[in-house]
Amino acid sequence: MTYTELAVLGVAVVVVLDLGVLRTRLLRRRVFWTSYAIVVFFQLVTNGILTGLRIVRYDGAAIVGSSTPLDAPPPFLGDGRIAFAPVEDLLFGFALVVLTQVLWVWLGRRGVQRTPYSGPPRIAMPGAAEDARR
Amino acid sequence: MSRFAYLAVLVLVLVGTGWLELLLRTRVYARRRRLALTLVPVVAVFCLWDLYAIAAGHWTFDVERTTGVVLPGGLPLDEVLFFVVVPVASLLTLEAVRSVKRWEVGDEAPGDCVGGVRVDADVSDGDAS
Repeated sequence: MTYTELAVLGVAVVVVLDLGVLRTRLLRRRVFWTSYAIVVFFQLVTNGILTGLRIVRYDGAAIVGSSTPLDAPPPFLGDGRIAFAPVEDLLFGFALVVLTQVLWVWLGRRGVQRTPYSGPPRIAMPGAAEDARR
Repeated sequence: MSRFAYLAVLVLVLVGTGWLELLLRTRVYARRRRLALTLVPVVAVFCLWDLYAIAAGHWTFDVERTTGVVLPGGLPLDEVLFFVVVPVASLLTLEAVRSVKRWEVGDEAPGDCVGGVRVDADVSDGDAS
């Protein structure tokens, strides 16, 4: 399979995992899309360094665009590239982030170090502990 | 450029997100067990993907700018660390957004308080007061 095919498959797998298999439904929450917006910006920056400096090079047969040139940086934009990186990297990164967050939330839901939640201590509401035990 | 170019990018990510644990109390590093259990399958799956991609020639690495420590299958140590550092950074971001916005993430226990609103218990629980 090409990188393009694998990247699309990777996204499909994590979407099914989140919405269907583990039912964490992160993809339907604004907390996910807000954090993803932040992550994807920094992905473009850091991945731009890795691909623009040609620390990682890609084979044109595996991606939408052409191979990373041997003696020059790849295009910043165009030819299947966004910020030097193949568009496939965005799908790869999405799959990586979603898989991680889905597992994290799923574990928390199953009671693996669910607490302490992030942020300052929450105010306990009267009766909350009793409800949780029911 | 040096053999530590790739590694330097990873350090940049660690430093760029590490402050969230301290200032926004994300408690990602603090929940070590949950973090480890999350990372093991992620690292495994993405190392397999990487090994396949290397074998199929999808991508190659500049030996001059990676540590030179290469695992069986041609997988640079730098890549393995990438699959630890980036997921940790993504969790810090998720928990940082929760910390600030108080939005539900989906792992809250019924009865716990999120942003001043109690998380709904099961539908059978009619006691809302």
